[in-house]
Amino acid sequence: MGKPKTIVEKIWDQHVVHQEEGKPDLLYIDLHLVHEVTSPQAFEGLRMNGRKVRRPDRTFATMDHNVPTIHRNVIKDQISKTQMDTLQENCKEFDISLADIHHPDQGIVHVIGPQLGLTQPGKTIVCGDSHTSTHGAFGALAFGIGTSEVEHVLATQSLWQAKPKTLNVKVNGKLGQGITAKDLILAIIGKYGVRFGTGYVIEYTGEAIESLSMEGRMTICNMSIEAGARAGLISPDQTTVEYLRGKRHAPKGEQFEKAALAWKNLASDPGASYDATVEIEAAEVEPQVTWGTNPSMCIPISASTPSPDSATTANGKDEIKRALEYMGLEAEQPISSVKIEHVFIGSCTNSRITDLRRASEIVKGRKVNPSVRAMVVPGSFSVKAEAEKEGLDLIFKEAGFEWREAGCSMCLAMNDDIVPPGERCASTSNRNFEGRQGNGARTHLVSPEMAAAAAIEGHFVDVRKLGVPTA
Amino acid sequence: MEPIRKHTGLVYPLNRDNIDTDQIIPKQFLKRISRQGFGQFLFYNWRFDNDGAPRDDFSLNYKQYENASILVAGENFGCGSSREHAPWALQDYGFRVIIASSFADIFYNNCTKNGILPIQLTGEQTQKLIDRSESEAYTITVDLENKRVYGSDDFSATFDLPAYQQEMLLNGWDEIAVTLTHENKIEQFEAQETKY
Repeated sequence: MGKPKTIVEKIWDQHVVHQEEGKPDLLYIDLHLVHEVTSPQAFEGLRMNGRKVRRPDRTFATMDHNVPTIHRNVIKDQISKTQMDTLQENCKEFDISLADIHHPDQGIVHVIGPQLGLTQPGKTIVCGDSHTSTHGAFGALAFGIGTSEVEHVLATQSLWQAKPKTLNVKVNGKLGQGITAKDLILAIIGKYGVRFGTGYVIEYTGEAIESLSMEGRMTICNMSIEAGARAGLISPDQTTVEYLRGKRHAPKGEQFEKAALAWKNLASDPGASYDATVEIEAAEVEPQVTWGTNPSMCIPISASTPSPDSATTANGKDEIKRALEYMGLEAEQPISSVKIEHVFIGSCTNSRITDLRRASEIVKGRKVNPSVRAMVVPGSFSVKAEAEKEGLDLIFKEAGFEWREAGCSMCLAMNDDIVPPGERCASTSNRNFEGRQGNGARTHLVSPEMAAAAAIEGHFVDVRKLGVPTA
Repeated sequence: MEPIRKHTGLVYPLNRDNIDTDQIIPKQFLKRISRQGFGQFLFYNWRFDNDGAPRDDFSLNYKQYENASILVAGENFGCGSSREHAPWALQDYGFRVIIASSFADIFYNNCTKNGILPIQLTGEQTQKLIDRSESEAYTITVDLENKRVYGSDDFSATFDLPAYQQEMLLNGWDEIAVTLTHENKIEQFEAQETKY
């Protein structure tokens, strides 16, 4: 046996097309996901240079960022419509499969890839979207790229990449009852900051990670970019294999068993070494709420906002001061005292069926606080259909939630789902940046359960006081 | 893309950490289908008030920085969304060089694909540049060939940049054309991969 390897090293070695002294490696890309916002200029570049898409069969497109979530046919914004029409025309011209807004496979790109079984262990996966790290949950090396790189992958099915450093984020022990993957990833970023992963690929390991469902793992890997890491992944195991069994694009029959064996062999070898390791104790994680304007500005529900004096650098003090001001909060204010006007359950972080099931358990038999406008935006057409089959839509609607069509929606408010200036939203998305959900909007990132609880109470509350979901 | 070899320009200091690409260019401007014309939307929510009028309290609107072409910021510049609209907006506005104490990975890459030179200096060095450019019209020169930054005064620093990116930026090469010279290797790779 050779030197023990990490999963990142194994995937890397399997994908190097060309190596040359003084250059990054030319890495083969197995799957390229495309959406309407970051692709038009790339297709235009191909046309200008008379180039083709090398592997249309390894390219898959959908519309998610801009799409309307109330009525599919009512796109008020002409520029949004043009962008969607452009993707339609480009996919036709270059022979790429597209799940448009009327297609049953449509959804947020990082929700549908796994659902369709396109996302598989050991693949290299890219998309012009920073949350491509989501697919790492399957033990794939998946990362976001810019539009120039989208064009490069379309033309060559490869990318020049320097081999990344590896960072082991080890989560010891078990998460407490009622504590979710979202709380865990927020707590990790809260502890280590928004740039500790820069230059690294994160591998999440440890008992708490191994016991997560695939949906939970996707939530964790999704927010790797919020820690600065372009990619985050988890070694494949039986949970991964069972999720993929029977998925449309997964191998079938005997081929599946062969693939499953190969996938499990990708797991990092015992004794493999990482460039860096950080650890966190799962038992210490409480339900989290962000108070500020980046995801590391995050505290347990039992805590209060910080004071600028708690920072050690001048820029740090200034950052806390500006964040409190933007958020309309006082220093040392208990986060549970903060009232909200909006609740958004959705996004590529938390819009999957298990997210909706768990939130619905909190909502069931209760009413949304009259001061709150709450909505659920399922991650895909098929998540929506499945939820409706289970009657989750009725639970949400009876409580006073709006039940919408699939898309990115209020996570980044490129469509009409916008939080008005100065208003406050408990959101299950991934970014609480200034203006993210609308100019002047104030975003607090939470888990679906915490968002559901806040919708009922009208302010942040420890969801465990309302019950612990079993789904 | 336009090559960049040596650039002398006025410094604009933006003394903040963790400036994300949502701030560099807010999402309402990502709906265009061309690469041009994003400069007018650069730092939109910081530059303009709710009525679209320039804000007096945001320094990029100060007369003294009108012709700046080198932006200097703190840690983790360009974090968040992968939107290449961010470097397009910076470039269209007139910035050719971004200096920061650290950069987010995707943004850094995106700059080098667009003829914008990202330079990482130490916190101490960026602070010097920020202090000087906040107090006076401060011009520096960036020499990519020798990986050096120097001021009209005593400021001088060297920086690191991977050789590949340096070469790309110096020559303004079309990366896809370079890659296609290895097309036979891509074909070979595809011919021998394991299929399930």
